[in-house]
Amino acid sequence: MTLTAYAPLPVVEYYKDVVEDREFPTVREWRRRTGRKVAGSFPVYSPVELAHAARMLPVGLFGGGNQIEIAHADSRFQSFICSIVKSTLELGFIDKLAPFDALLFHSICDPARNLASVMQRNFPDRKSIYVHLAQNMTSAGAADYLAYEYRRVTKELAEVSGYAPTDDDLHASLAAFNAVRARLRELYALRAASPEKLSTTELYTLVRMSTFTDPSEAEPLLAESLEAARARDARPKDRIRVVVVGSFCEQPPVELITGLEEAGCYILDDDFLLGWRLFKRDVPLEGDPYLALARSYLDDSLHASTKHDLRDPRAASLVTSARAHQADAVIFLGAKFCEPGLFDYALYRRALEKEGIPHLFLEFEEKMWMYDKIRTEVETFVESMLFE
Amino acid sequence: MKNATEIRYQGKVHELQKELMGAYYAQLTDIAKGRSSQKNAHLLIAGNPVELVRAFDMLPVFPEVNVLQIAARKASLPLIQKAEELGYAVDNCAYVKADVGLYLAGYEAPYGTIPKADLLLCNYVGCNVYLNWFEHLSELTGAPAVNIDVPFIRSADGEPSTEDIAYVVKQLEELIAQLETITGKALDWNKLRRTVELSAYVGEMWSEIKSLTKLRPAPYDAYFDSVTMMAVLYCLRGTEEAARFFEIALADLKERAASHKGPLPEERFRVVIEGPPPWPFLRVFRDMFTRWGAVAVASTYSTVGGIWEFGFRHDPDHPLESIARHMLSQNLCNRNFLQRYDQMERYVNEWDADAIVIHSVKSCRLFSAGQGDMREYFVREKHVPTLLIESDLEDPRYFSQAQLRNRIDAFFEALTQRRVTAAADAAGTAEAVV
Repeated sequence: MTLTAYAPLPVVEYYKDVVEDREFPTVREWRRRTGRKVAGSFPVYSPVELAHAARMLPVGLFGGGNQIEIAHADSRFQSFICSIVKSTLELGFIDKLAPFDALLFHSICDPARNLASVMQRNFPDRKSIYVHLAQNMTSAGAADYLAYEYRRVTKELAEVSGYAPTDDDLHASLAAFNAVRARLRELYALRAASPEKLSTTELYTLVRMSTFTDPSEAEPLLAESLEAARARDARPKDRIRVVVVGSFCEQPPVELITGLEEAGCYILDDDFLLGWRLFKRDVPLEGDPYLALARSYLDDSLHASTKHDLRDPRAASLVTSARAHQADAVIFLGAKFCEPGLFDYALYRRALEKEGIPHLFLEFEEKMWMYDKIRTEVETFVESMLFE
Repeated sequence: MKNATEIRYQGKVHELQKELMGAYYAQLTDIAKGRSSQKNAHLLIAGNPVELVRAFDMLPVFPEVNVLQIAARKASLPLIQKAEELGYAVDNCAYVKADVGLYLAGYEAPYGTIPKADLLLCNYVGCNVYLNWFEHLSELTGAPAVNIDVPFIRSADGEPSTEDIAYVVKQLEELIAQLETITGKALDWNKLRRTVELSAYVGEMWSEIKSLTKLRPAPYDAYFDSVTMMAVLYCLRGTEEAARFFEIALADLKERAASHKGPLPEERFRVVIEGPPPWPFLRVFRDMFTRWGAVAVASTYSTVGGIWEFGFRHDPDHPLESIARHMLSQNLCNRNFLQRYDQMERYVNEWDADAIVIHSVKSCRLFSAGQGDMREYFVREKHVPTLLIESDLEDPRYFSQAQLRNRIDAFFEALTQRRVTAAADAAGTAEAVV
């Protein structure tokens, strides 16, 4: 079923199956073509420029989606642990991680924290690198420390890739990812301004493509898609305008995103694949590149449920975003058992109720493949909004 | 199976603990009721800078201790449900929910009243929920909050780097400035050094107490009885009262050890227990082990707030650096999961344990996430009999008594059978040799 009356975007058409393919065909092809190494990056945010500067391909690792059965990892992680942790481990057990030479994990939540260790123990030949992302945004020592951490991680990556990057290499990588993120910001701005021109399903596929494609190849594809979408002549439909939050780590199936749209929502903002477009502006290319990257994380990044910035509460920020996007409602689309997301929901709900912004709580699992119940809930919600 | 009858023990230690904790909560209540102008900081158990708080004559408040005591009194569920009405999920940590519920209930607990924080001092030591917890308290109560960002241990040798230590020290210096503003007085460095010295002294005695369970029989249960001493270790560390308490506890336990007294009439199995206890059903849970003559000789839970048994001591000559070291690497929570495997393996070998019991709690994923892999490691690679059971530390809805008892009974039956078989084999071998 097509979402729009206009011509599909060629890049989206090409990549719509690739993004969910756990054989990672384009990554394997890149390895063959370049002879270089690959660094898998567990959500949410990863300083991917470090791997790129070390001549590796950084690739987003978003679990098994609804493409694999979890047969082995269930015995390692309990039933109350989110799916992405188990399915990522399962990918290792069923040898789907063969194209990856190193895996990056981050201080985002406790299961992800322990997953880094479990991965290292079960797959000792594939280096697990744990990145500590600072959680004290106001300390005068935070930026320097994070820059130190990035240097340490780079050294570990260099041991895998066999190439120790210079500052010039890292500056070049910052510029390459700046270019990708700039295009993603433009795509997000286009969708917010004219959601009838670019569906979230399309946008999601484009962002996802950028998580496993070399930035020098991804940027032109994004630019081409942006231009094509801008040129579309589409009339707005009778839908409600919503902001979606809660899917910053484990990703909902694309069919579920499509279902939200088809049920009558224009999604104006979301936190899908958040880490890959985290920065509000380009990372400055002057001076110490490690420090610049650290400062962008601390002071110039979007809100994330795994980044605890006491200067700027996330619930207040969600209200601001909903107002700025002239949203009719907020949909919380949270991954089952995702503790950071579920914690945020309690504060979101409190703030949204205080501000009189309607909201809907939905829970998903990456491995789900039946969407009727959620779709009915959204349709009912939309109808209640449209006919108020 | 031979039923072992439980005996009451630790009478003196237990009574003194009750007295000290009662006085501590009376102080908190005085602040909450406006009878005292003493300032307080809420902070978390795992690797914290309580010595700094004490050096400013502030009282530390530990939400984890507050809510576990409520759970032990079987009063946690209404508080948890109060938080869930606010939008917290059934899958959120029940410690946090009980604490939020306690705040919503006016901070009135069965053992006293908790004062609103002058500072929410979040020592982010491995547990990501800590960050959420104090962020929520700040939004709900309006109290100021600060995160002390403690880098997770990720080095191969398990030691923090020079930069890790310098970063935490820098934040402690910034914290000192905040505490000076809150209290209106400058830090008394001599007082800090004395507080750190007292922590070192208590650490030394606690370490000695822990080594006593290497004896046969162990003079106390290193899981169920340790919690009595942990309350003082954590809530009163850095005080003269804590030092006196541990002097008495050490003397008492040494005396028991010298007279070969254990917590049970017969020590049939020596186990290492991993994971926090199910506070709402502590006695019931303990009895499940007691009836088999199983005594914990070591436990990881007793190291959540600090690991002293492997040699770490606070250093009064380098107070901030040693507090930073404690926060970074000398507590269970900020060490990586595989370091915990190593810690447990040391317990099995050095404390001469027969088996491991992993109590997996839903609320605390720092502890529990991946414990299936831990079991695999010990069973398949180390050949240590290992039992994995599940319930919760705060939420009584996750405690299935019959199911737990069946699992525990089956485990110890198998261990018993194993011993019988091994004895028969040994006898057969001996006969063959003769």
